[in-house]
Amino acid sequence: MTTAVLSRPKIDKTWLSQYGVYLAVVLLVLYNIFFTPYFLTWSNLRIQLIQVAPIVIVALGMALVIGTEGIDLSVGSVMALAAALIPLYLGYGVIAAVLVSLLAGVAVGLINGVLVARVGLQPIVATLALFVGGRGLAVVISEGKLKDVRNADLLYLGSGDLLGLPVLVWVAAVLVLAVAFLVRRTVFGRRLLAIGGNRRATELAGLPVTRVLITVYVLCAVLASIAGLLSVARIQSSDASAVGLLIELSAITAVVVGGTPLTGGKVRVLGTVAGALLMQLVIATMIKHDLQPSTTEMVQAVIILIAVYVARERKTR
Amino acid sequence: MSLLHVTEVSKTFPGVRALDRVSFTLRPGEVHALVGENGAGKSTLIKVLTGVYQPDEGELTYQGSPARFGTPMDAQHAGISTIYQEVNLVPLMSVAQNLFLGREPRNALGLVDRKRMEREARELLAGYGVTTDVRRPLGTLALGAQQMVALARAVMIEAKVVIMDEPTSSLEPREVRTLFGVIRDLHARGIGIVYVSHRLDELYEICDAVTILRDGRVVHTGQLAELSRIRLVSLMLGREMTEGATAFSGAATGDGDAPPVLRVRGLNSRHKLHDVSFDVRPGEVVGLGGLLGAGRSETIKAIGGAYHLDSGDVEVDGKDLRKPTTVRAVKAGIAVQPEDRKAEGIIPTLSVRENIALAVLPRLSRLGLVSDARVDEVVTAYMTRLRIKAASPDQAVGDLSGGNQQKVLLARLLATGPKALLLDEPTRGIDVGAKAEVQSLIDELAAEGLGVVLVSSDAEELIEGSDRVVVLRDGVVVGTLTGAEVTTEDLMAAIAGERS
Amino acid sequence: MTVSEAPAIVVEDVRKAERTDHVVGAVQRQGALAVLVIVVLISLMAFPGFRSFDNAATILVAAAPPMLIALGMTFVIITGGIDLSVGSLYVLGGVLAAWASQYGILAAFALPLAVCGAIGVANGLLIAYTRMAPFIVTLAALLGARGLMRAISAEGSETYLVRDGALRRLGNGSLFDIGYQVWLVAALVALGMIVLARTRFGASVYAVGGSEDAAALMGVPVRRTKVWVYVLSGLLAGVAGAINAAKLGSGVTVLGTGMELDAIAAVVIGGTLLTGGAGTIAGTVAGVLLLGVIQNLINQVGNVNSNWQQVISGAFLALVVVAQTYLVRLRRVN
Repeated sequence: MTTAVLSRPKIDKTWLSQYGVYLAVVLLVLYNIFFTPYFLTWSNLRIQLIQVAPIVIVALGMALVIGTEGIDLSVGSVMALAAALIPLYLGYGVIAAVLVSLLAGVAVGLINGVLVARVGLQPIVATLALFVGGRGLAVVISEGKLKDVRNADLLYLGSGDLLGLPVLVWVAAVLVLAVAFLVRRTVFGRRLLAIGGNRRATELAGLPVTRVLITVYVLCAVLASIAGLLSVARIQSSDASAVGLLIELSAITAVVVGGTPLTGGKVRVLGTVAGALLMQLVIATMIKHDLQPSTTEMVQAVIILIAVYVARERKTR
Repeated sequence: MSLLHVTEVSKTFPGVRALDRVSFTLRPGEVHALVGENGAGKSTLIKVLTGVYQPDEGELTYQGSPARFGTPMDAQHAGISTIYQEVNLVPLMSVAQNLFLGREPRNALGLVDRKRMEREARELLAGYGVTTDVRRPLGTLALGAQQMVALARAVMIEAKVVIMDEPTSSLEPREVRTLFGVIRDLHARGIGIVYVSHRLDELYEICDAVTILRDGRVVHTGQLAELSRIRLVSLMLGREMTEGATAFSGAATGDGDAPPVLRVRGLNSRHKLHDVSFDVRPGEVVGLGGLLGAGRSETIKAIGGAYHLDSGDVEVDGKDLRKPTTVRAVKAGIAVQPEDRKAEGIIPTLSVRENIALAVLPRLSRLGLVSDARVDEVVTAYMTRLRIKAASPDQAVGDLSGGNQQKVLLARLLATGPKALLLDEPTRGIDVGAKAEVQSLIDELAAEGLGVVLVSSDAEELIEGSDRVVVLRDGVVVGTLTGAEVTTEDLMAAIAGERS
Repeated sequence: MTVSEAPAIVVEDVRKAERTDHVVGAVQRQGALAVLVIVVLISLMAFPGFRSFDNAATILVAAAPPMLIALGMTFVIITGGIDLSVGSLYVLGGVLAAWASQYGILAAFALPLAVCGAIGVANGLLIAYTRMAPFIVTLAALLGARGLMRAISAEGSETYLVRDGALRRLGNGSLFDIGYQVWLVAALVALGMIVLARTRFGASVYAVGGSEDAAALMGVPVRRTKVWVYVLSGLLAGVAGAINAAKLGSGVTVLGTGMELDAIAAVVIGGTLLTGGAGTIAGTVAGVLLLGVIQNLINQVGNVNSNWQQVISGAFLALVVVAQTYLVRLRRVN
């Protein structure tokens, strides 16, 4: 029996929830230009971008997963695994090492994807297993040691420049464009959004839901392993117990603050980048003004709550 | 004397007048049938009686004095209990816990007295023919037994009125007997019962009075025994037939000699479908007739691979689908428009463009890249053909009116180039203009050679739209109306079971 | 009441279902306990170092704070929620207790209880009344509580020493050679069991997680129940922090990262469904002890990298949830 409710409320696409994150970034930048000494220096901007790059890369994958109404807690562990594998295979050349660490990402993503799409576990539990086990395995692989990395090619990825910008930033930028392209232009992207919007309807429409979901988790893990190996290249050492620690929280924060709803069906790639930048700028601003990290964290908490609250209003239908 | 009485109650939702000055009286010890098709207003009336909705106008009198229930809890405390179609208990909790939730017997320390609770639960349930271990999770019981637990709980709280919403829809015949035993007992104790069901046999067996709703109005109320079955069905379904009230042309388009485009054989699904078979030829519109719960939606979904089948064959153009899955069915050329547009049809967050193109993206893309030009071509074509009204193709489907949502969904199905189109209530909940458009579209599509299966609770639509009507009752095909038999009278007779 | 001519609904296939259900239910509830027993038995035979009473006491002492956090988490998860803030609250509680210990043992407990309880109230209110996802609300609380902890500890650099003798004794003294804190935790766990299994509040917790809509229709105070479980979780995390400070003699500011996820893992391994509606505290106790024993064994073996513990926990968790999913499906078949 259906209720004879035919309410058709106009979705209140408030300007704030759409563009709030960009506005916040702009305001924060303006504030810093006027009130923070040395903010507009090349070296400062460079540091900000380098610091935000790995978070952006991980957040891209997280945004895809959240777009399907999922979540991936294992990204930090994947970074650690990638970091742990790099020094082991560097002997065979940079390409081999990079491939191996990317393969580790594929493996983790496959496990997550199968658990979610085939076994039918909730994404949070499915990825919790590898969150717990993945980092342990990474530390076991690296024998718990911090290993210095001296391969020049790899270090170039982490600290080299290309056309005046750090290579790291180029990689992140290319990945942002690639993911934006994937979401907007490809069959896969549309299917991903359809699953997040209404999984049951997508199944009934005859779409390969399982395959798409598994691919999404693989992509997320591969992006995380790229972030992992870039982190190693930047710090010039591999420390599996520290790389990517708590990055899942930063990534989820960036995605949510960027306006991607946790309820799926929508992925805002540029919003996610802006979300990551906003959180980075908040931290930087506070440090520059001698505010303690403690204050920063509390401010972050408030920003998350506001972002989700605003998004929640929009989703009400 | 009346136990529960509503006078001239109205309730309007945006766009729909769900109840229009409805009056209804329940006497103590009376089993009162409340019948009507989908959207007739039964659910709304029940929700007004149980405090889920507040009426816009009208009054409620309970036990002789005016009453007003702000919440379902208010109504329950006053002694009005409801047993919903879907058992509304907690499946993972034990039978005893479900029975006593919120009223657990407690010992001197204020702790729940488990022993006593379980003993009382056992004793209570024995009266309902349920002799199971009361410590088992409720969800592991058969549906019938769960229904009994719900009933026991409802009656336990000193109910004076029990509202049963399709209580037998998931029961075995034996369980139905037990339920009726309980109902007779309640009846003898002076409890008033509102009984909602579409199973005529049951209504005539157990109910004293009947109220028939249609389009939010009471069209009949009185003693059930004085009303013939066929009269009951026609009151429920039919306005007085006005020829040509629909947009269907009425011309038969089917080619009687062509091999069937869709061949359905022996569909079986526990409790719901029993050996359902029929054929659809190219250009033919086959209606599926029957009351709610007769198995019409289940048949359509099963053909589309979205409903579990124990056995059965589906062939498209002579090719066997084996076990249909949604992916395989779509590939074979079956397009299903599900009844529940919001939950199973559209993807509200995506745009009109994306919804229409969703199922055919591979065809509109190269190397996995969607070609905007080709998508636009398809989308524009269908938006024009179906006259979809949207601000732009980029508008989110969730923002459109019901009629336009339905057209978007139909556009998505047609874009897949189906051979058989299965429509489940295609004009439900959409405005008059869109309804006429959808109806002429069905005609057009059939004329183009598609095989169409049409399910509709609107008797006119079914009769005027179909070339042939397969009538289902309790999951069994009980007759087929062909040619001159496709009339409302014959349909009513077949549904009522009075047709030779 | 009695009903004339009421034939029994129970038939053979239902009996069979009942049997399957019994077995499946038992595996689901007692699985973690069974594995714990097996692991302990094998370790008793294989590792001489494991066999001592002291070692058992060590395991219990180490498991005390995680046990309290997992206890609160069990309540939250049974309602179908999740609480990511407990790791931060645990550290915050420890720092607050150490600082407040200068005013006596009562203050050392009262302050963390008040602050962590208040954060629990905030979590609960936001989740119950704004219908924001528990995941995201408690994630914000995780950050907020960590910030608060750093703010009161000079950005984590100030370590307050426990100045109260009674609190120190609580941390290091023992009764029958078992640490006081183990007794305290055991008492709280027992209390938790009674609350969950034998009170109306406990029944509400299960009902809210089992089916929120049905619970509301049956008159369960859904929102109030939700608020309470997060308060409970916050309070228990605060106590866990306080007893840990008592043991360490100071409010350490660096521990606790990832504690919330370990607690979730223990609860899930203990047979509580993350989807809510089912679970037991006994299972959680088994889950926590199992993880503790594995850690202890790895320490015993010595030359094995202690990070294997995480690998094993993770694998175990995956195994348990997959098995559970299938068990639940089996149970729902009829």
